[in-house]
Order: sequence, then structure tokens, then C-alpha cells
Amino acid sequence: MEIVSVTDLKKEFDGLGVLKGISFSLNKGEVLSIIGPSGSGKSTLLRCLTQLEPVDGGSIVVNSKTMVTTTEEGKVRYADKQTLKDVRLSLGLVFQSFNLFTHMSVLRNITEAQMHVLGRSKSEAQQVAKELLRKMGLEEKEKAYPCQLSGGQQQRVSIARALALNPAVLCFDEPTSALDPELTAEILKVIKDLAKEKMTMIVVTHEMAFARDISDRVIFMDDGLIVEEGSPEKVFGDPQSPRTKRFLNRYEQD
Amino acid sequence: MGNLLQQMLVGSVTSLKIFALTLLFSLPLGMLVAKGRMSKNPILSNLVNVYIMIMRGTPLILQLLFVYFAPYYIFGSSYDRFTAVIVGFVINYAAYFAEIYRGGVQSIPVGQYEASLVLGFTKTHTFTHVVAPQVVKRIIPAMGNEVITLVKDTALAQTIGVAELFRVAQNASARQFSTMPIFIAGVFYFLMNAVVSRSFDLLEKKLNYYH
Repeated sequence: MEIVSVTDLKKEFDGLGVLKGISFSLNKGEVLSIIGPSGSGKSTLLRCLTQLEPVDGGSIVVNSKTMVTTTEEGKVRYADKQTLKDVRLSLGLVFQSFNLFTHMSVLRNITEAQMHVLGRSKSEAQQVAKELLRKMGLEEKEKAYPCQLSGGQQQRVSIARALALNPAVLCFDEPTSALDPELTAEILKVIKDLAKEKMTMIVVTHEMAFARDISDRVIFMDDGLIVEEGSPEKVFGDPQSPRTKRFLNRYEQD
Repeated sequence: MGNLLQQMLVGSVTSLKIFALTLLFSLPLGMLVAKGRMSKNPILSNLVNVYIMIMRGTPLILQLLFVYFAPYYIFGSSYDRFTAVIVGFVINYAAYFAEIYRGGVQSIPVGQYEASLVLGFTKTHTFTHVVAPQVVKRIIPAMGNEVITLVKDTALAQTIGVAELFRVAQNASARQFSTMPIFIAGVFYFLMNAVVSRSFDLLEKKLNYYH
């Protein structure tokens, strides 16, 4: 079942094309990794998907709800407020820099949106939060504040915060780029566990070995375009484009 | 001596009234001014900026005179002196508070807004539950400065004839041919500000549970 469908997505910053016509789709239960050099548009793609950036062209359909379309004359049309909200809630986003609410306890970081946005009761929200914290191995940290946690712990809280809203798709925007190798492993394990549970995910990452390991499909992006797309075996083992080869060679040298 | 202290206490009550009423009105007014200053509408934000520039760029003593005497020239009559003092102080302090608020709001990392957006918070909820609490913590030191200055600025009310603490002390000084009452007034201001600083210290401590 197709859960995300992106067609000919375009995005410009000050006339400079960052996404130059991106099309892909994602099926339920699938893990899609997006790799590519810095500035290739990977993060912008996630930001357009999660409505943090308005698109300049193309269409996005999530959970058979059309979030945005573009007319033949090139006019971008976003859906009505309610649809946008529904779509927003069906896509969770985990940020590179966590973006936890610094003045709220760990528990409240996870309950706030459940109560305010989904209208869950306090006790229900706390129950969900505690269950997620247990899953993330942070059950003793519910009263702590983000500043008292390590980067890896903060990132696990932010994953729990996103999961608490039961998103259909969880998006990761370079979730380990702000972490040292040890903490990176910690987060990658959490994502791997989610993959085992058949959570649908889009992971923008620079961790090649990880992308190869967990993905059902890999997209290699460069200069605002999808250069290569396929199974991890194919993209990593037998890349067709010279650009992909060059990029992957860099990593193998390390 | 007893009589003098009694007069100075009465003067202090006037000073404290000016202080409290100024805060009561200028703290919320400052929010509106900050909102205007940060408005995307260039006409509004420029207009508000001009207001802030005048309030911060001219002496408060001059503003008090203007607020009290301008209506005489325009309408032939003015409000009572005390009201004029409050109006003058409120519009002046609102400008300063507005800039402190603005600094606080703009110091909140964009990630806090983005997380709120992705989680589906409304704009109001984002402001009241995510931004505002963090702004309060960040602006406390700057607000402390401003509020302490206000305690001392109340002495300017005498320019348009409101007998606050300093005026009372000066009058007593003139009567007694002694500077002692003025020094006593100094101690009064110092004590009031000791309370203000202590309150801000406590507030800061209370919000110290996160960075």
C-alpha cells in the first residue's frame, strides 16, 4: 500500500533550485534511506514533506490525502487547513538537533502534543509516554530535563515524542549527525528496532553501513535530483551512475 | 525627626504607587509594542520603531513635561499631575520592555518553533506553552535592570509637581538647611531596590531547573 507519493517536487531558495523535480513513493512498512552529499537537497525534501518549507512545484500525497498539487500552469495549491493538519500528524519528524522543549520535563515533552493536539487525557498520555520511554530504555528519566541528558538520550526522547502521536511515517533528518560514534550506535539501534517492527520510515543519513543494513530501498540524491534508486544491494553493491560510484568510494576509503 | 520620617514615608508611598502602576500598565503594553515592532507589516513596524526611538532617545524628564503640558496647548486643559506621571512613565517603560521582550523572543531557537509545528501545535499554543516560558527565563536579568532603574526614576515625577520621596526629602533639606534628609532618601531607594533585586534573584533561581 502506497503511503507517501511525491511527484516532480520542486523547491527553490532565492531562485536557486534545491529540489529540481523529485519523484518517489513509499509503501507501508518500508524503510527508505536517502543518502547523498551535503547540499544535495535531502533535508529540504524532508522539510517540504513535513510542511516546514513550502514547495514551489509538484505534488505530495500522504495516506491518500493530497497535501499539495501543482496546476498545469505551475500554480501551487495546498490543501485546506484540516487536511494539512491530518497530513502533518501522519508524518513524524526527528530532527538532527533533537529540538526538545528545554523547559519541559522528558515526560511532558512526550505528553504535550498528545494532550493538546490529539486531545488525550493526561493519564492516557502519560501512560503512552511511559511505555515509549521504557521502550527507549529511559524509564528512569521521565522527570529529568533535556539539559540533564546526553545527546543520545535526548534523541531517544525526541523519537518517543514523535512516536507518541502514532505517525504513519516517521522521518529522520540526519538523526545522528550531532552525536559521537558511541551515541550514534545507540540511536541506530533504536531505528533498527523500529524497522523490525515494520515502522514505515524515511531516513536521511550519512551512515552508509547503517543505510545498507536497514533499508528496503535507497535513494541517492545529488544537486536536487534523484541520481539512483533501488535496493541497498543494488545501490551500494552495483551503482550504475558514476556520480554514485564516486560518492560511495569516498566512504569506503574512510 | 519623627515628623520627617513620617513625611518621607508618605512620599515613599507615592513613589511606590508610581512604580506599581507603571509596571501594571507598561508590562502588558510592552508586549503589544513588541508585537508591533516584530510585525511583518513594514508600516506598522516602522511606526512602532519611531515610537521606540523617541522614547529611548529623549530624556524621560522631557517626556513627562511634554505629556503634562502638551494638552494645555492643544486642548486648553490637562489631566491631573499624577495621571500625567503615570502616562509618561508607562509609555516610556513600555518601549524599553518591548525591546527586551523582542530580544527574548528572537533568541528562542527556530528549532523550538519547528518542533511545535511538526507536532501540530497551534500558533497560540506554541507561543503560550513553548516560547513565552522560555522568554521569561531569558529576559529576567534585563528586566531586573529596568525595574531597578524604574524605582530610581520615580524621583523624576517631581518635575511636574508630584511630591514623591525625593521631593519630600529636598523640601525637608531646604527647610532644615541640611543634606541629611536627602541621604535618608537615598537609603530608602536603596532598601526598595534591595527588595527588587532579591525578588529577581529568587525568580531566577526558581527558573534555574533547566538551561
